[in-house]
Amino acid sequence: MLKGRDLVALADLSKEEILYLLDTAESMKEVLTRDIKKVPTLRGKTVVNLFFEPSTRTRTSFEMAGKRLSADVVNFSAATSSLTKGETLKDTARNIEAMGVDAVVVRHKASGAARYLSRVLEAPVVNAGDGTHEHPTQGLLDLFTIREVKGKIDGLRVAIVGDITHSRVARSDIHGLLKLGAQVVAVGPPTMMPPGIESMGVSVAPSVDKVLEEVDVVIMLRIQLERQSSPLFPSIREYSKYFGLNIDKLRKRIDSDLLIMHPGPVNWGVELSPEVSDYPGNVILDQVTNGVAVRMAVLYALIAG
Amino acid sequence: METPKHFRLKKVLLDGDSMERTLNRMVHEILERSKGGKGLALVGVRRRGDVLARRMVEMIAKVLGKKVPMGVLDITLYRDDLSLLTQHPKVGRTDIPFPLEGKRLVLVDDVIFTGRTTRAALDAVMDLGRPQNVQLAVLVDRGHRELPIQPDYVGKVVPTSLNENVLVFLKEMDGEDQVVLVEKEDAEG
Repeated sequence: MLKGRDLVALADLSKEEILYLLDTAESMKEVLTRDIKKVPTLRGKTVVNLFFEPSTRTRTSFEMAGKRLSADVVNFSAATSSLTKGETLKDTARNIEAMGVDAVVVRHKASGAARYLSRVLEAPVVNAGDGTHEHPTQGLLDLFTIREVKGKIDGLRVAIVGDITHSRVARSDIHGLLKLGAQVVAVGPPTMMPPGIESMGVSVAPSVDKVLEEVDVVIMLRIQLERQSSPLFPSIREYSKYFGLNIDKLRKRIDSDLLIMHPGPVNWGVELSPEVSDYPGNVILDQVTNGVAVRMAVLYALIAG
Repeated sequence: METPKHFRLKKVLLDGDSMERTLNRMVHEILERSKGGKGLALVGVRRRGDVLARRMVEMIAKVLGKKVPMGVLDITLYRDDLSLLTQHPKVGRTDIPFPLEGKRLVLVDDVIFTGRTTRAALDAVMDLGRPQNVQLAVLVDRGHRELPIQPDYVGKVVPTSLNENVLVFLKEMDGEDQVVLVEKEDAEG
């Protein structure tokens, strides 16, 4: 059971609420393995994908999740919208809500946009990524993927590598992992490390090499070149050297069960070298599969009943 | 094993021994009608029908010398009353590890009441495959059907009022086998 009406941030959820969503997602995943990958649960309900930022996988994933549960899914994209005529976020969202929707999935470049909408809308709001704040369904699918392979999260050591400051994925992952009892180490250049991150209960390391032998899971973040107004590291080559993963670095862990994760889209050759895609612990595509199951669980929890 | 709040125990309908005998009789009826068990498969409806189905598979194995396929069905995603409930029921896992095509399927549930669970179970089964036929076995039929659905195999028919409830306790989950009739405490003033 979720106590709130919306899913804005994993920071808002209790451990029990997170586990409830992960358990529900397990049952949803079974539906995805059937020949007929559809159940009638949300028949007659409507979900709107309100995306003010480009996205392929998250939008498609939410669309699939809604459709697998028999909801009608309507996609809204900013490029073709009245936003270009100067309509505000609030007006856009309220107008769409007035057409009769049962949930609004929102992605926006402004941190706090999802929280704001959750206050002005009656319908449940699901945050699909707001600025550098949170991306809670990505956090949940990361937790789900780790638990699925490792059988637990409590006591695991997880490294998150990259631009921690600008990453909403990192923020959701950190909240989720800590609540479920994992230890988190953040790895990245000082320019990409939020000040005071240790106060969240996260330790910090200066390079991937330093942590690779001690962790169970590595979550690589995408270097978001589009979000940096001025470069935060000297060169891509230097970034890859300290914060990228390649097979040479992984050689000492090749027989172990280290998981390599990435929220996508991967900059191959920057944070991950291409041959890492064949590494046995690479679960990047499993994350994508699990994303649909997790989003089904979220839509079920917020809309059904 | 406790009577829930606001209910009081009215009658013990089945104890451990009588439950065992009842299930045994149902198993023999199923085998009689399935002519030796060819194509027979059992699917239990969570969260007690699956336990009963597992027991019945063991009983069938004693007669036939082999285990018939058995699966577990969770019908939460097929319920028609989700919008009427204030709390979301937890979605359990469906696990049917054999193809349904051509099977003579027996759905197993603990209690049949309105018939709506069975309706949901039938829809769920049809989405999973096309069995040759589907029959229904229930431990207790308490009446009050709201849909034209009747069980093929019944352990015990118990006329009840709407103030009453039938509770099935199973040793795998509750530590003891027992079926009881309970009544709402405020029912008689």
